[in-house]
Amino acid sequence: MNYAAFKLSRDSKNRLTLLDEIQQKNHQVLAIRAFPISAPDEGIALVDHQGNELMWIENLQDLPTESRRLIEEELTHRDFMPEIKQINSVSSFITPCIWWVETDRGDTCFTLKGEEAIRRLSLTALLITDQYGIHFLIRDRTKLNHHSAKLLDRFL
Amino acid sequence: MQDETHWCSFHYQKELALTTYEHAGVGHIELFDTQSRLSHWCYTVSEIHSAHHLIKCFNQQLNHYLKGRPKDLITDSTHDEIGFTEKVSTSIEEQTPQDTVSTWILLRLWRFAKPYKARLLIGFLLMLASTAATLVPPYLTMPLMDEVLIPYQNGNPLNVDLATYYLSGLLGAAVLAWILGWSRTYILARVSERMGADLRTTTYNHLLKLSHEYFGAKRTGDLMARIGAETDRINLFLSLHLLDFATDVIMMIMTAMILVSINPWLALITLLPLPFIAWLIHLVRDRLRTGFEKVDRVWADVNNVLADTIPGIRVVKAFAQEEREVKRFYDANQRNLEINDRVNKIWSLFTPTVTLLTEIGLLIVWIFGIWQVSENQITVGVLTAFLAYLGRFYLRLDSMSRMVSVTQKAAAGTKRIFEILDHVSRVPEPTRLIHLPNIKGRIELQHVGFRYGTRRVTHNINLIIEPGEMIGLVGHSGSGKSTLINLICRFYDVTEGAILIDGIDIRSFPIAEYRKHIGLVLQEPFLFFGTIAENIAYGKPLATRQEIVAAARAAHAHEFILKQPHGYDSLVGERGQALSGGERQRISIARALLINPRILILDEATSSVDSKTEREIQAALDNLVRGRTTIAIAHRLSTLRQANRLIVLDRGKIIEVGNHATLMAKQGYYYQLYLSQTGHADADLSSPVDSNNHESNPTKEWK
Ligand SMILES: Nc1ncnc2c1ncn2[C@@H]1O[C@H](COP(=O)(O)OP(=O)(O)OP(=O)(O)O)[C@@H](O)[C@H]1O
Ligand SMILES: [Mg+2]
Repeated sequence: MNYAAFKLSRDSKNRLTLLDEIQQKNHQVLAIRAFPISAPDEGIALVDHQGNELMWIENLQDLPTESRRLIEEELTHRDFMPEIKQINSVSSFITPCIWWVETDRGDTCFTLKGEEAIRRLSLTALLITDQYGIHFLIRDRTKLNHHSAKLLDRFL
Repeated sequence: MQDETHWCSFHYQKELALTTYEHAGVGHIELFDTQSRLSHWCYTVSEIHSAHHLIKCFNQQLNHYLKGRPKDLITDSTHDEIGFTEKVSTSIEEQTPQDTVSTWILLRLWRFAKPYKARLLIGFLLMLASTAATLVPPYLTMPLMDEVLIPYQNGNPLNVDLATYYLSGLLGAAVLAWILGWSRTYILARVSERMGADLRTTTYNHLLKLSHEYFGAKRTGDLMARIGAETDRINLFLSLHLLDFATDVIMMIMTAMILVSINPWLALITLLPLPFIAWLIHLVRDRLRTGFEKVDRVWADVNNVLADTIPGIRVVKAFAQEEREVKRFYDANQRNLEINDRVNKIWSLFTPTVTLLTEIGLLIVWIFGIWQVSENQITVGVLTAFLAYLGRFYLRLDSMSRMVSVTQKAAAGTKRIFEILDHVSRVPEPTRLIHLPNIKGRIELQHVGFRYGTRRVTHNINLIIEPGEMIGLVGHSGSGKSTLINLICRFYDVTEGAILIDGIDIRSFPIAEYRKHIGLVLQEPFLFFGTIAENIAYGKPLATRQEIVAAARAAHAHEFILKQPHGYDSLVGERGQALSGGERQRISIARALLINPRILILDEATSSVDSKTEREIQAALDNLVRGRTTIAIAHRLSTLRQANRLIVLDRGKIIEVGNHATLMAKQGYYYQLYLSQTGHADADLSSPVDSNNHESNPTKEWK
């Protein structure tokens, strides 16, 4: 593993930059998760603004702490995917309807446009897309409380 | 044409030529000399082998005659050596389907009931018991009437003990019937639900094993209706109606027995309407059945319209044909209505008629019963019990007659399901299997000929592709390139000749095992509903993420995938609608590369990507192609510059073979083709292209 060739920093405008040792050139980069849902920590690409891949990180755990912190910071900014902890209520059982939920990013409400906006990721995990395209994750629906599970069940 | 009753003879002589051609299923043999056609014969295409054989023999004989030494006839070696019989499976397909469905076809469902024999038996016994239990209460009305009520009416004191005794008997019987009925329904409904599920999965399983050809001929909507709606109907029939029906029959038989045991004469009168009803059922049944079958077909039609327009919605909208499609749907529905109306007309008459008959029956029993009571032949109790039984009996009869329609529906559905199940794949699994865990990838085509139906598309193709060789197939549209690939992949079986892999006929491998060695990128890339990662890993579901990414990189799909909202976890629509044509192609290339096949087949795999991307994919493929047998088809001839050999096809025949330079030097068909593409003769492609000359990828890997 070659950590030396890997220099991540933030420039004055707080943008993530990658120093290319060979060409002695700074690239502004974006960090992108290749598998944001199925394996968030595996396969992270650093791409420039044209979408060209500059660096591929097999696993976040392999990085030096400083770089890892920078990338993680960047990723939390980019991949906003609140996780639903509890469903408080829904406006109706016929879509479109409004859901009031508690997430790990705070309480919110969103509009569910149709049943197809609820996507099964696995037997227990669900991804709900709201009307604006924001994704809400339910990591394990068997772990929801009874009330939430009952509400959710009406849509599945 | 010669006079058909007379034999003509021609002598072998110089310039005599026998030729054959065929058109639309009819073959012609013509005999020429230098000036004219001497004779002409026709044959059906099924005899094509004999015809070719004849011509072969003729030419040999002629040759020998001209040289003056006749010889024995040669035998046709190509088929005999390999020893495969042509068209193994035609027998069932060619049976004409029976026009009428017999209700007996339902018995074929027994195949699916077999695994549940034990439970079915328990269910049946429970059914007998529960039916018997429900028949106890009316029986008890007899002593209640004769021993309790009538004596009381005649002035005797009320026998409370006896009354309690009988009444508790009534209650006990009711409770028993409840318990038994519940467990019976539970057990049997579970079994039939499972049978239905088995039926559906078996049919689907069978369907997927059928050959390419079958799907070419069938409509999607029709198949979907059969597997979806019709299995459901059969399921419903099994789980609900059949159960009811069996209960009814048992109930009626038991009731009849009880009635006869109480009073044979009265019983005889009671059963009087039965023959009439049987006759009525017989009368309507046929009409209903054909009606229902029509309904099924129309239902499939409705489905067909949906299956046509929903995937083709872009075309529909682009040509502003919504109105027409709505009309088409409306028409199909209208036909549905019409046929249903017709069925309902019969039906609406049938049920009330049965009811009327039963009412009349009841009336007759009353009349006869009153007469018998007045003659003191029976007691009032007996008559009441009779009437109580009768109510049940006729009720059952009524519901049983309703069964006629459900049964006929189920029979029609069963027939259509078994049409699928009875269909044997045209690409049959061999009887003597040869397993081949690893192949080298030497492909040999020997005298390969193929026809779609009666239409002949390839003729006598002979080709040997060495392991690791890259072959480019070129030719005009419709020249049979895809067909050749279909044959190599065994989507169809050759009609003549044989295809050998590593010297073994591909017909001796298990099909699925064989196809595992082939990575195929089709002309129309197809993506399933699911994530990009799932689509890439389609041929190897257990692939690791690293493998998926590596395959995507090789197909130059990695970077555009990263641009998708969820990277590799992004959903692509049912028809991959969220992606562009070129993106879809690249994903399907990645899919083919992931399984790491010995044989890679690219049918216009890069036709929808721009030249730069194509070059990049080519560069990536060059690495992957190394050591694999590759067959690539491309209209853009520059795509095939890496090919070791180019095979030029025209109208199903190989007309030129060689690499780009030799073919250009030959100034033949390929030369023309090439010129028509580039527009100028002095192209630089004859010089080998340095494939390593691409910009070095700045990507570094962390391993
Ligand atoms: N399922 C089929 N049934 C009947 N005829 C078919 C069928 N598929 C192809 N054909 C015919 O066979 C001939 C060869 O078709 P094929 O698909 O092999 O052409 P191709 O060389 O791949 O053409 P293209 O370059 O346009 O893809 C064509 O004339 C075509 O009409
Ligand atoms: Mg083709």
